[in-house]
This record gives sequence, structure tokens and C-alpha cells, in this order.
Amino acid sequence: MSADVYILGINMTRFGKHPDADTTDLGAEAALAALADGGVTIDDIDVIGAGNLLGGPGGFGQMLQKQIGQTGVPVYNVQNACATGATALRTAIMAIKAGEAQMGLAVGVEKLSGAGLLIGGSREAEPDTWTPKGRVGAITATDGRIGTLTMPGTFAQIGMQYLHEHSYAGVPLELFAEISRKNHANSTLNPLAAYTKELSLEQIMGDIMIAYPNTRPMCSANCDGAAAAVVVSGEKLRTLSDEQRRRAVRIRASVLTSDPYTEGCQVLFDVNTLTRRAAAQAYEQAGVGPEDLDLVELHDCFATAELVHYDNLMLCPPGGAVDWLQSGAPYRGGSTPVNVSGGLQSKGHPVSATGIANIWEVCHHLRGEAGDRQIEGARLGMAHVIGLGSACGIHILEAAT
Amino acid sequence: MDRIPIVDYLALEPEPHLRAHQCTACGARFFGRRNACASCGGTSFAAAAVPSEGTVTAFTIVSFAAPGIEVPFVAAIIDCDGTTVQANLANVTPDADHVHLGQRVRLVTTSLGTDAEGVEGVGFGYEPVDAAERTATTEGSAA
Repeated sequence: MSADVYILGINMTRFGKHPDADTTDLGAEAALAALADGGVTIDDIDVIGAGNLLGGPGGFGQMLQKQIGQTGVPVYNVQNACATGATALRTAIMAIKAGEAQMGLAVGVEKLSGAGLLIGGSREAEPDTWTPKGRVGAITATDGRIGTLTMPGTFAQIGMQYLHEHSYAGVPLELFAEISRKNHANSTLNPLAAYTKELSLEQIMGDIMIAYPNTRPMCSANCDGAAAAVVVSGEKLRTLSDEQRRRAVRIRASVLTSDPYTEGCQVLFDVNTLTRRAAAQAYEQAGVGPEDLDLVELHDCFATAELVHYDNLMLCPPGGAVDWLQSGAPYRGGSTPVNVSGGLQSKGHPVSATGIANIWEVCHHLRGEAGDRQIEGARLGMAHVIGLGSACGIHILEAAT
Repeated sequence: MDRIPIVDYLALEPEPHLRAHQCTACGARFFGRRNACASCGGTSFAAAAVPSEGTVTAFTIVSFAAPGIEVPFVAAIIDCDGTTVQANLANVTPDADHVHLGQRVRLVTTSLGTDAEGVEGVGFGYEPVDAAERTATTEGSAA
């Protein structure tokens, strides 16, 4: 592996409703702030990774350049479902590792307010005679008739599958609601979160049921937002100021995986195997173990997802995610606080921004700049995302010494 | 033809069952048209009948769905003797008191109604094997 790579500057916008800002506005806000945070300008950037899913046709990266600086550097417009932001970041990191760039900019942005539930079931008008279509010769839409393709339903099954495999005797709704309660409580300390309201277990369990056992507050919140990061080679960083070097965050591991074939993975997405593989690669790259992590931001797109990733990221012994939760380990003040930002359930999930925003959160703590929600003395952290389909991005980050 | 299955992997004869494409090289099973095997890259497949009884390994009770889908309904992942299948559960009350992990279920067909030419669309689901766990059957018949 070639030279070290560092986060030099990073920013996330407030997540929530931004009715007066378009995709480019939000991306530009995060990008300009990340450049300023790093003490550099667009003229210093050699490569751009740009992530956006729903902003319409045309390369988002070039749209962004037209607002913040058309310097002529290569732009990679990337899409990788909910791992899009991490993929954009990794593109810039790879360019630096390859020796083609000294400094890169990664931006992820999404406008999702009012998108409603991301369900899989929208479909065209059907003909008045049964007509087989598509790869399974379906005569009608299969979502809702042959199981569910909705996101809340898919991840509900993923959580329930874990409880089946590890013989959970309690009430699933209560278990998953407690994960959501933890994250909503954490969000009260995060001024950039879309929702910052503490909710009781009863409020969470009694809210609108979306797909059992996920009620509404247990689902990630659709919202608008952007996040951006400036990455720099170690070689270049050494030429920068003391202040820039002091605040730089070292990228100890940067990994992206896709899902390897496992039996049944084309029936219910297997989000476990690719996450375990990514985690194993990341720990090996970083030369650290899960016990060394001071905080973790993991992809809690639904409360049911958080539980399985305790295990997939090897934060707990195999099969021990429920016990690990109940031990208090992932709470603020626990041995490995998880989602102190509030997680996607309360911070919000503007899809392409998420994979950089979680890195912003970790960097904030490693720099000692997280204010009220600072995890004291945090030196090493992990950021994890899953894009269903699937892609898994994991970064392990370390404070400057 | 007066009946047509909801998907081409639902075989109606001689008894209703699901039919997978099985890779002749590695045995991996798939539903739907294949270009090659996602497990080993093989390009040769044979039809394989999937056992019609299985165990619920995951489920969700969906309360928000696309227009035209009656809610709540139970969507489940079913292990049919080593082949993973997804389907709705049939003939069961859709709540957490009547559906459970590890539940034994079996394939049943359901009617999707008839089209403008009088052809009946045939869907499928899985109902509890234990009659005591079933609601009164209003449609569908055991495979």
C-alpha cells in the first residue's frame, strides 16, 4: 500500500428540510465549508468524487464545479445506493494512493424531503390481460404479493432473521425499539440532526407500525443534506501548517466490498457477509481490533439493521448482539458508543450524503470538536455504510498525534 | 389455457410447486432467467423442484405497501429444506401473536382474479402446517 491519506477538511450541512436550496446549493455549501475547514481552496484539488442519486440527469460533479470552480480536474460521478458518499470518498482516496493526486474532494448530497417511504412497489398500469414480463415472467407486480420489496420490510426481515438464527426468547418489538430509543436520545445533543427529540420506549412502540417490528421512529428519516471531505496525501500534508496537521485525521483503513454469493442472497439481501468481509479487511489494514475503537457510526437505516451490524462489525462475540446491547456497551458512556450522532433514525438519511456525514461525525470527536456530545479522549473511530444491492463501505479513522 | 401462474417459477402441474434453476456445476439455485451462475460462473442449469414445506426464518408484517396491496400482510423468508424462498403467508392472522419464527408452513395457491379473456391468475403463499395456527380458509388450497 502506498502513502498515508488524511482527512484535511470535512463538513456536513444541517440535515432536514432545505426547501430553498437545490442539490447543487447543498453540495456547494458542504464542499466550500470542507475546503475552508481544511484551509485550502478549489485550486488545490486534483480530483473530485461526486455522489448523488436523485438529482436528475447530468453529472452532479460538473454542476458543482460550475458553482465552486471549473478547474478542469477529473470528476468521477458515482452511485452506489446508500454507500454512494463512501464510494465518492474512496474514489478520491484511491486517486491519492495511486499517486495521481495529492489532494481530493468528495461530496455527497441528496434532496429527499417529502419523498415518503422508499417502497419498492410503484408500478405502471397493467394491461387487461395477464402478460408475463421481466426476469421471472411476472403477470403482475410481485411486491406485496410474493413477499415484500419495501426497505422497511426488507430490513425488518434481516433483523428477525438474526433473532431466528440466535434463538431470541424476548419480544422483538421491545428489543428493536430500545435501539431506537438509544439513538433518539443521542440525537438531542446533535444540532445538525433532522430530529432531536427524545422518545420513550412506549412512544416508539406505540407509533405508527410501518413493517413489524419497525415502527416509524425506527426507520431512517428522509431529509435533505450534504457532506463533503477534503483528503490529502501524507506527503502533501507535511508541507502544510501546524494547525492543518494538528486537525488532520488519518485514514487507517478504507474498504469497499460488494456482496459475495451466499445461499438465499437473491431472495433476501445478505447484508451480513459483505459487512463482515469489509470489517475484517478494515481491521487488518488498520492493524487494530474492534476493542480499540472509541466510537462507531454504523448504518442504522432501520433499528433492525443496527443489531445485526454489532455482530457483523465484530463489536460483540458471534451471535451475541442482543447481550452486547443489553450490557450497555453501545450507549454513550459504554465501552464502544454506537451512533452518538443519533444515527439515521434521528439525524436523517439523505442517501448520498450519509457515507461522508458519518465520517464527519467520527472526525469531529477525534478532533475534540464535538461539543456537548464529545466522546472524551476519542482516538480511533469507525464509520460504516451499507448500500442495498449491495455495497459496504468502512473507514477507520485516527486522531492526529 | 385458462390459468396462468403469477411468475414462471410457480409450476401448477402436477401439483403446485416452485421450480428453481439449479446450476449443474455447483448446485446453487435461482429463480428467474439466468445469464450465468452467481456462485461459480457456470452456464448450465437444470430445473429443480423446491419442497413445498418449509420453516419461517424471518418475517415482517407490512402495514404500508403499494396501491392495490391489502395491508397488513405477512411477508416471510422460508427455508424449504435448504432452498430459500420468499412469499406472503396465507391463511394466518397478520399479527405477532399468530406468526412466529420457526413456524412450519406449506405452499398454497391463491387466485389473483381473471383477466379480460377469462384467464385466472394464480398466486401462491405459505400457510401454517398446523391447522390450529390457520384462520378459516376462504381461498386457496393445499398443494
